[in-house]
Amino acid sequence: MDTKFIIALLILAIPAFNFLLLGLGGVKMSHRTAGLIGTIGLTVVAVLSYYTAITYFFDYGCMEGAYQPVIGPFPDEANPAFHWLQFTDHLTLDLGIWLDPISVMMLVVISTVSLMVHVYSNGYMHGERGFQRYFAFLSLFTFSMLGLVVATNIFQMYIFWELVGVSSYLLIGFYYTKPEAVLAAKKAFIVTRFADLGFLIGILILSYYTNTFDFAVLTDVNGPVLTSPSGATFLGISVFSWATALLFMGGAGKSAMMPLHIWLPDAMEGPTPVSALIHAATMVVAGVFLVARLFPLYFILTPEVLTGIAYLAAATSLYAAVVACVQTDIKRVLAFSTISQIAYMLVALGVSGLGGHEGLGYMASMFHLFTHAFFKALLFLCAGAVIHAIGSNEMDRMGNLRKYMPITHITFLIACLAIAGIPPFSGFFSKDEILVAAFEKDKLIFFCQYFVAGLTAFYMFRLYYGIFWGTERDYGKHLPHEAPLNMSAPLIFLTVLTCCTGLLPFNELITSDGRPFDLHTEWGIALPSIAVGVLGIVVATVLYRRPNPLPQRMADSVRTLHRAAYRRFYFDEIYMFITKNVIFRRICSPVAWFDRHIIDGFMDFQAWWSNALSFRIRALQSGSLQFYVGVFIFSILVIAGLLIAFVF
Amino acid sequence: MDIPMSFYLLVSFVMFFAGVFGFITRKNMIAMLMSLELILNSVNINFVVFNRFLFPEQMEGMFFTLFIIGVAAAETAVAIAIIINVFRSVNNISADDIQKMKY
Repeated sequence: MDTKFIIALLILAIPAFNFLLLGLGGVKMSHRTAGLIGTIGLTVVAVLSYYTAITYFFDYGCMEGAYQPVIGPFPDEANPAFHWLQFTDHLTLDLGIWLDPISVMMLVVISTVSLMVHVYSNGYMHGERGFQRYFAFLSLFTFSMLGLVVATNIFQMYIFWELVGVSSYLLIGFYYTKPEAVLAAKKAFIVTRFADLGFLIGILILSYYTNTFDFAVLTDVNGPVLTSPSGATFLGISVFSWATALLFMGGAGKSAMMPLHIWLPDAMEGPTPVSALIHAATMVVAGVFLVARLFPLYFILTPEVLTGIAYLAAATSLYAAVVACVQTDIKRVLAFSTISQIAYMLVALGVSGLGGHEGLGYMASMFHLFTHAFFKALLFLCAGAVIHAIGSNEMDRMGNLRKYMPITHITFLIACLAIAGIPPFSGFFSKDEILVAAFEKDKLIFFCQYFVAGLTAFYMFRLYYGIFWGTERDYGKHLPHEAPLNMSAPLIFLTVLTCCTGLLPFNELITSDGRPFDLHTEWGIALPSIAVGVLGIVVATVLYRRPNPLPQRMADSVRTLHRAAYRRFYFDEIYMFITKNVIFRRICSPVAWFDRHIIDGFMDFQAWWSNALSFRIRALQSGSLQFYVGVFIFSILVIAGLLIAFVF
Repeated sequence: MDIPMSFYLLVSFVMFFAGVFGFITRKNMIAMLMSLELILNSVNINFVVFNRFLFPEQMEGMFFTLFIIGVAAAETAVAIAIIINVFRSVNNISADDIQKMKY
């Protein structure tokens, strides 16, 4: 087997092994040992991922001027007839490793953020009950997410997709003695499972009409799938539109697109480092990754679905940004900010074309995914440090913390500037490319995203001022203090990444067709986008830097809107209404009645009469031998008599 | 040698049903054992008679009878032993009253 595949398999195997080791033997270890095992394992994974990325981009990845996917070790060239799973003669399944620009980039993102979270968790979770279990679940998650991005076919991706879902469930519900955490975990699991139902149906439709699961065949621009697709339709719509729309439903569930976003804000019940890793940087971009992976399929066969994705994502980003402006729980603000930023990435994919400069949106989406992962993880880890110091998520318990937590203050500020799109931080570059791509395709979406960019700057700085400025609260005897070194070191490392990842030449490395294209900053769009970011920051500064009655007065003047936004536009209430009053009462109750009275009733009736009959005849089983003999003799005589009468 | 075969069979018939009747109606286990002996002996008579009248040049029926007598003696010895043991534990040999092993 090739060295690169051995390394890739090791990247997967180390977290999987750590999961088993910590999960089975964790209780026997001290907290320190368990944390050390997890962290060292992840360090090795990160180093191997960097090695894979460097060798892919600069050694074997580029062939004939374009980055090609490198697939292996299955199907095995020496033994082509061997398949992992054979469904029919044509439809086979091979597990394998797929290395191409986006999967290699994801390897780097996942392993880096995961490593940072591991280091940070050693401090954050210090002394918690279930420390070893926590690290075991982190390893499981890392393994599943790494497996998801290197999947060679959509079925393999689905397997890891579900594993990711279950590890997310386990980590959200980590504090299982807290009822809110249990409810949030259940909600996340049920909502994403419901979305995954669409994903599965999409896979089935797609594999039925194309006879393959492999990404290599599905995304081959000159291949049979894209050049001569089946013309079958269902309800007047092409089956491929159904398939890709259903696949996106799975992606929308994981990536928290409207209306399947309701689980993500509640998922903040989990430990904060988990939110940083799973619900900000890695798992929630799985939907983006799915669309990017199947991009040629979406773009060539079903452009209308892609346009629909763009509009849905634009609406979601606007919605989430508005809601984020009024939340008071700092993790909720970050959660809605995450939804908004992921929607940004999907907008970029939705307006993208294929190849060359047309594929700007694709590249911008991956770029934003990359930069967002680091600065959003940084924001969450800072929020974790604040929560660790204060012991609460609510903004009105915080204020003037810059005096006590200087490192957290500076790193949080830089992350805010990055997400607000201020140069030279990374968010500016990626967000700018997205806006350019949107401007070239669709003006409506562009203005929507432009407005959202301003809102983003506003709510992030509202959060910043709310935590680090404003009035000093009564902190009691235990004054807040700076986080320990193992928590602040990841903050500093991620800050460095936030400052410099924007300068990476994504247009040469990660493009829709693998070929580099020329890119120059469009100052006509970049300057207004900086301006709107600055405007948002200025407004937030005026309103929130010093305590003043202005915010309250503004909220009162648009009370209905403020209230609606604070209650997240009643999405949860609508869901509750639909499930409780419509589905449960109108559909489930009659079905339950039918089941209990008709189906169960039939079975109960059978049991009842056989029981009654048995009661009648049980006196025959008296145990009296003489009675048995009497019956026996009598029966013999009767049979003999009958034989004599009728046979002889 | 002028007693017809049916006379013998009649005796055997009466003995058999007397045995069955006794087995079903008597509650005393000794009496039931005696009824069992009647049934066995009626069968013995049948064996001997059929051998004598139908296959006079052969001896199988006779031998069967000898075997049955032997087995019956052994079986009676075992049964008596069981009855004595039962009597020792429950002070009774009425078939209806012995219910210890029923459940």
